[in-house]
Amino acid sequence: MHNLINGVLHPKNVVAQLVQHGVSHYVTLPDSETANMYEALLAEPSITIVPVAREGEAIPIAAGLFVAGKNPVISIQNAGLFEAGDALRGLGLGIGLPLVMFIGYRGHNRKGDTPDSAATFLEPYLHMWRVEYFVVESNDDLDRVPLAFDLARKTNQPVAVAIGTEYASEPAGASGPAQEEAGQ
Amino acid sequence: MITYADACRVINESRGEAVSVTTMTQTKYWNRVSSEPDLDVGIANAMSKASSVALGIALGDPGRPVLCLDSDGSLLMNFGSLATIAGLAPKNLYHFVFNNGIYAVTGGQPVPAPGVDYARAAEACGYRSAHRFDDIESLDTALPVILSNPGPVMIEIIVKGEPSTEGVDQTWESNARLPLQLRALRTRLTGSDDWGPGGPYI
Repeated sequence: MHNLINGVLHPKNVVAQLVQHGVSHYVTLPDSETANMYEALLAEPSITIVPVAREGEAIPIAAGLFVAGKNPVISIQNAGLFEAGDALRGLGLGIGLPLVMFIGYRGHNRKGDTPDSAATFLEPYLHMWRVEYFVVESNDDLDRVPLAFDLARKTNQPVAVAIGTEYASEPAGASGPAQEEAGQ
Repeated sequence: MITYADACRVINESRGEAVSVTTMTQTKYWNRVSSEPDLDVGIANAMSKASSVALGIALGDPGRPVLCLDSDGSLLMNFGSLATIAGLAPKNLYHFVFNNGIYAVTGGQPVPAPGVDYARAAEACGYRSAHRFDDIESLDTALPVILSNPGPVMIEIIVKGEPSTEGVDQTWESNARLPLQLRALRTRLTGSDDWGPGGPYI
């Protein structure tokens, strides 16, 4: 299926946003779209990766970290967010947790006729839970990440950042925020 | 077999200034004996997630012991958390499982596998040590030593089931307890009262 998303999303740019917002822990279950993000985080010493066995653990662990004075985010795939529904209800929305949730938007193609039901149901699912969200498809959209942090803090509620593309691989030896690649 | 009341009394005698994260029936008994109520969190309205919340607190405040008073029915719903805890290996996490073989709060129906040995399961996942007690004297004697050694540790307690006939307390006031407790605990741990209201209960 033709993908209508132009541009690329470099994980180092997202990592830079996390550092800028003082994120301490990245609670995650890796998925197919975020492998390069995981690699980029391994190179960032100020952020601790917290791997989980199932997505439903991510929000409760983040809640515990926040209670202890840390500043976590979570990163799970849309399919995993569905599994984590009761945790989102009870320990995200229910306690008023200011949490930015990076959600892999598996199957997203901007056409709307994706064969992947994980994509079909993501935005209706977020609406159902009354979770505000921003979609990030490329480096050009990264100004939405600070909006998510601000909104979570102001409302004391979880806010989603739906990552609508696979993180790009970083050129070997690259350091600092990556620039948009010409022709992408 | 051990009673909830005895188990909670013995654990509290050794807790010091540890954070406690409780769930289900043991929350009721813990609240009666707790010597540090502003270090207590009772996970209600989020069944099965006590072990994960406790893990987060333990990782966030590694200098303070964290006691998770979990139950068998709850842990079965979040069994993968054993592997997550073992992998992260927080030295300050002590994971108690009250094993009564039933879903007490819903009237006493049996869990799918009442014979699960949670201590062995935790050990197989990679907990630093695991213990199983079915008499209060042994628990009372061993607990101070267990809590003086690094975690993660599993302490399985075989308890006498107490099926509830009262149902689950679901009022606005009861559901507000958890968010209020979490805010009080954050203030105690960080010294900062900076987590404002949010969500449906406060």
